[in-house]
Order: sequence, then C-alpha cells, then structure tokens
Amino acid sequence: MEAARDTLSLSRPGSAATASLMHTTNGRRNRRNDWLFFNVTRFFALLTLIILAGIIISLIVASWPSIQKFGLPFLWTSEWNAPAEQFGALIPIYGTLVTSFIALLIAVPVSFGIALFLTELSPKWLKRPLGTAIELLAAIPSIVYGMWGLLVFAPLFAKTAQPWIGATLGKLPVIGALFSGPPLGIGLLAAGIILAIMIIPFIAAVMRDVFEVTPAILKESAYGVGATTWEVVWNVVLPYTKVGVVGGVMLGLGRALGETMAVTFVIGNTNLLDNISLFSPGNSITSALANEFQEADAGLHTAALMELGLILFILTFLVLAASKVLLARLKIHEGTRA
Amino acid sequence: MDITARRKLTNRVALALSLGAMAFGVFWLAWILWDVLRLGVGGMSLQLFTVDTPPPNSAVGGLRNAIVGSLILVGLSTAVGTPMGVLAGIYLAEYGQTSWLAKATRFINDILLSAPSIVMGLFVYAIVVSRMGNFSGLAGVIALALIVVPIVVRTTENMLILVPNSLREAAYGVGAPKWQVIKSVTLRSARAGVTTGILLAVARIAGETAPLLFTALSNQFFSVGLLEPMANLPVTIFKFAMSPFADWQRLAWAAVFLITLGVLAINIIARTYFHEEIKR
Repeated sequence: MEAARDTLSLSRPGSAATASLMHTTNGRRNRRNDWLFFNVTRFFALLTLIILAGIIISLIVASWPSIQKFGLPFLWTSEWNAPAEQFGALIPIYGTLVTSFIALLIAVPVSFGIALFLTELSPKWLKRPLGTAIELLAAIPSIVYGMWGLLVFAPLFAKTAQPWIGATLGKLPVIGALFSGPPLGIGLLAAGIILAIMIIPFIAAVMRDVFEVTPAILKESAYGVGATTWEVVWNVVLPYTKVGVVGGVMLGLGRALGETMAVTFVIGNTNLLDNISLFSPGNSITSALANEFQEADAGLHTAALMELGLILFILTFLVLAASKVLLARLKIHEGTRA
Repeated sequence: MDITARRKLTNRVALALSLGAMAFGVFWLAWILWDVLRLGVGGMSLQLFTVDTPPPNSAVGGLRNAIVGSLILVGLSTAVGTPMGVLAGIYLAEYGQTSWLAKATRFINDILLSAPSIVMGLFVYAIVVSRMGNFSGLAGVIALALIVVPIVVRTTENMLILVPNSLREAAYGVGAPKWQVIKSVTLRSARAGVTTGILLAVARIAGETAPLLFTALSNQFFSVGLLEPMANLPVTIFKFAMSPFADWQRLAWAAVFLITLGVLAINIIARTYFHEEIKR
C-alpha cells in the first residue's frame, strides 16, 4: 500500500522532478517488478496444466503393473479376488454407471422443474431464499449424505418404499427383474437415489442460469401471441438453451460418477454380480477405492485400485470436457441469436 | 375438449409438477437438516472439545484431536492454495486473456473444479505418501490445497473481469505500473468477490473425506505433527458411522452436526457478505 501511494503521488503530472525520477531508479524497479509479477502469475496458471499432467502420469505409473498384467480385458472381467491376485473392473464400473444413470433419471426432470419454477413461476421475493436453499443442498458435504443415507434413509427405504416398488414395478414383465429380491435398503437403487439428491442442485443451478440468458424479447413475443407459460418454456426457452441444458446434465453426470462418500455408505460394497436387480448390493469404482485401499498390499492389488482411479478420471474428464464445450457453445450463440 | 382448454390444462399440470419438483428439493434439504440436528444435538457436550476419540465402548470420549486436526488441515491448505489460485486467476483476467495458455488453463481448471476429489487423493498418495512411506498430515494438506486452487482461480478471474476498465485506465493515467494497478486497484475493488470465493473453498474442503482417506488418514491420538497421520472429522465420521458401536455412532452424529453447521454457516456468511459488499 505504501509503495502504491508513493508511485501515485510521485507521478503527479506537471512535476519535472517526478518525470526524471520515474525514468531512473523507480522506472527500472517497476519494470523489474512488472516482469516478475507477470511471470509469477503465468507460472501459477501453467501449474494447473502441470497438475493435470501429473495426475495422469502418476496414475498410469502407479497402475502400470496391473495394466501390464491384465491388459484391456481388465475392463470386462468380473473376477476381483485379492488373495488370488486376479482383478477385473467390470463390477465397479457397472455399479458406477448404473447408480449414475439412476441418479440422472431422477435428477434431470426434477432439476428442470426447479429451474422452471425459479425462472418463470416463483414470486420475486421467494426467488432468492429458494435459490439459496437449493444451493445449500449442494453445500452439504457428501459424507453427511452418506451417513444419513445409511442410518436413516436405507432402513426406512427397506421398510416402506422398497416392498411397495417390489410389489408394483417388480411384477411388470421385463423390467420386473430390475426390482426383485429382498428389500435390504442398501444397494444400487438406494445409492442412485442418494446420488440424485446430491446432483439435483448442480443441474438445477446450471439450468436456471441458462434459462435466464434467454432474451426477454423472445419470451415476450411468445407470450404476446398468447402462449401459455409451459409453451413458452417448452417451445422457446428450451430450444434456445438446449446446448446449455445438456451441458448442465453432463456436469451433474460428472459429479455423480466421481462421488465417493454418499455412494460408499449405501451401495453395500459387494463384488458380486449374479442378477440384474437394482435392489441388490454392489460396488462402484469410488466405493471399492474407499473401502479396499488401506488394506491393499503394495503390489498388484494397489495397482489394480490405481487403475480403477485412472479409469474413473478418464471417464469424468471426458464427460466434464463435453459439458464445458456445450456450455461454451451456448455462450457464443448468445450474441448472434439474440 | 377444445384446444384452448387442453392447452390450459397442460399448462396447469406442468406448472403443478414444477412446483412439486421445487418442493421435492426443499423437502430433502429440510429432512436431512432436521435429522442432523435431532441426532447431532444429543451428542453435544463440553467433552467433545476436551477429550480425544475413544476406543469402542468406553465411558468418555470426544473429538478434540479430530477437530484440531481438521482445523489445521483446512487452515493450512487454504493458506497454501489461496495465493496460488489468486495469482493464476490474475494471469487469466489481466495478462493471458486470449493466449493459448489462458485458454488451456481455463478449460483444464474448470474440469479440475468438478473432477472427483478421490482422484486428487490417489494422486497425492502416489507422489507423496508412497514416497514418504507413511500417511501424513502434510499429504492431506497438499490434497486439499489441490481442491482449493481451481475454486479460487475461477472466482478470482470472474471477479476481476467485472472490474470496469475505466478504473484500470485511471490508474495507468497517473503513471502506475501494471503490477501496482493490479495489486492496488483491480484486486482491491474485486476483494469482496475474491473473499467470497475463498470462503466457499473453505466450506467445500471442510467436509472432504475421500482425498483424506489416502493422505492424512486418521489418528486415534492427539497429534499436530505434519509428518504423521493426522486425525480429522470427516475420516473419523467415516470410521465411526460404519462401526457397530453405539457410542461411536453418537460421536459420528455429533461430528456431522459440527461439520454441517460450520459449512452452512460459512456459506451463508459468504453469500450475505458478498451481497452487502456489492450493494455498497
């Protein structure tokens, strides 16, 4: 601060002494500082790229023994047997994909409804408190969801909703098999539901933000020719923002794939895949890592777990990159189509 | 039914569903908060802050070591991550703008922002823990700092871009060099937003569990040594909640209550502070 005031007062225009001073010591010091400051900030920007490279390289190196031993079939082998040193990632990958898919199935329509409510329906005074409430849902740490899911939600789910689902959806042909088996509470379905609650705020926040970029003039024209609120949202707002909406969904998917604690508590942690019922316990990439890593011996077991981490990182990287590209596309269009 | 009536009906049904979705979201928030309060308050006592985590089935037990450990981990990683993030954010907003480095950094940073935190834990395990041979508080600090950096980079850049160019030009006009302009003019006028970003980063890492499982792990005893495993609230919750012991579960609920309270308080403070500062 002191230095700032100095420079500013010294460089008051009209002072010849100041001018000459600026060109000698002060000027040199400032040029040096400018150079230094620029390069320090540039270094830290570069560091982000270095971190990314570091993550990828270190994960590949750490999982190399496993990559070498099992090769590509690692992805579709279901045997995971630590004593026999046989590892395959099929069950954790299946668990991760299935729970994330269930989460999206629930979270996307709900988030759409929330965004619609916040942008078109809510009275103005309610907008901020409700928006904040949804954002707070995102702020609650995942371990809280996990513990609550295991000790409060799962027992209740097993006693009430699950038998009911089993008696209705479970009796249907074809999809009935998905909802069969004993109601344990914990399992793939419970993990998917907890995940859905967790990602709703992320998707809803993005959808609300992109809905708000729709130019008012477009919406007003539609209202002007007599469209209902729903028609405006479905035929004007949604087509205009669809790229951004998909970007928001991808962002939620990225979160769901990598979520650890909420899933680990409620998925059941079983490396078994003998039926397709969503009621049965399973394992996800993240829950396998969280549960097994500390007990794994330094050799092949750790390498296989590291390879799971690598697969997870590549998967989320692709999903999040797609999300980013889509959201950026909406921004470019903002100027031209409005 | 004529077409107008049908359109009106569709509209009503859709809006009712939208209202339902909103209620659905708020319902979970209320339910979870209510249970955390109901089950957490029972475990509140002074012992929580004066006694360390107990072995199972002992009469007395608290969370002192975990609370202190969490404060150290969060405090240090914020102290390390914040300057890195602010400086990188300055580069993006003030220098790089459209250079390839800035574009690439922005893209990668936004991905790291949402990348699974468990991967950060694995990364730090591979480069620090496996080299040092044991889990340590230091590794935990590094892992959490890696989560802080992208958050601070994003908010810093966003806030600096909002600073009107006329302010920068005025400072240049009186002869201030660029680093002075950034330090004393741009960054200062964006300070509310940058502070908010830092607070949100603190709130985010306070509850992070997955990266700590592979780095700081946990410690049954009180320890402030950065080279040893360090107790912390999230991993303690994980361990205690999964256990069959009633007293451990009670402590886990108390810990969940403390973390939730802290995280929500920081969030609300950050938001109110930001709105107040912007209004001024």
